[in-house]
Amino acid sequence: MKIILNGKEKDIPGPISINDLFSLLKFDPSKAVVEHNRKILKQDEWDRTVLKKNDKVEVISFVGGG
Amino acid sequence: MNEFEKGLLRHFSIEKLSAIQKTRIGIAGCGGLGSNIANAMARSGFRDFEIIDHDVICASNLNRQNFYLDEIGSSKAEITAKRLKQVNPDISVMVHKQKLDKNNIDRYFKDRDIIFEAFDNADAKKLLLETFGNSGRLLIMGSGMAGIGNKTSIEINKVNDKLYIVGDMKTDVGKENPPLAPRVIACAALMASVALENTVTGK
Repeated sequence: MKIILNGKEKDIPGPISINDLFSLLKFDPSKAVVEHNRKILKQDEWDRTVLKKNDKVEVISFVGGG
Repeated sequence: MNEFEKGLLRHFSIEKLSAIQKTRIGIAGCGGLGSNIANAMARSGFRDFEIIDHDVICASNLNRQNFYLDEIGSSKAEITAKRLKQVNPDISVMVHKQKLDKNNIDRYFKDRDIIFEAFDNADAKKLLLETFGNSGRLLIMGSGMAGIGNKTSIEINKVNDKLYIVGDMKTDVGKENPPLAPRVIACAALMASVALENTVTGK
């Protein structure tokens, strides 16, 4: 199933949750924020947000300093 | 209009200055980014601020933060407020000496048009974005400004119309890459530049 991840097409194995996406891609959730179809999600929404075909997902990862 | 504001009319039309002066600014963190953002924003004519920081000034901050030797031990938020009023005595500033966490963060910045994220740790950056990311306010964040090298540029990354992240997005603070004035101040200045452009041109 195709989604747009960080601006690029990405094939994923069917409608999975954001949590599952993170596990699949081995992303670190602790310093990341997800924008799903232009909405910023809180981390406790990731589990119940199921991705659909052509969904747009931005994963924003922060580093320390400031 | 005081002398400082009259001086601004050399650089801005009255309409632009008026737009700047009406815009309400929030700055979360008054350290390397926050104290320097405050400086750039005050000097650009903004005069309605809400600032927050729980920390006090220590000697190792002085390499990049807008404080001085005789201010060691004082509250970063209070001295940043003092700096703001030194630039423009007619600035109004709400000062919170508070550490933000998930239990209190939504008490702050309720009426701010622009919110600057100026924290030093990635967890707090995440918390701020998850809290205010859908609020309709302009969020300007910082990520990746440590170290000496200039191989990675401090850049303005527009995520969407209401979210900008300034930095190189990768250089974390650590022993190899301490936070140093040139890149931290560059990052703060670009963050203020985003706010100024947005306020004056609507973009």
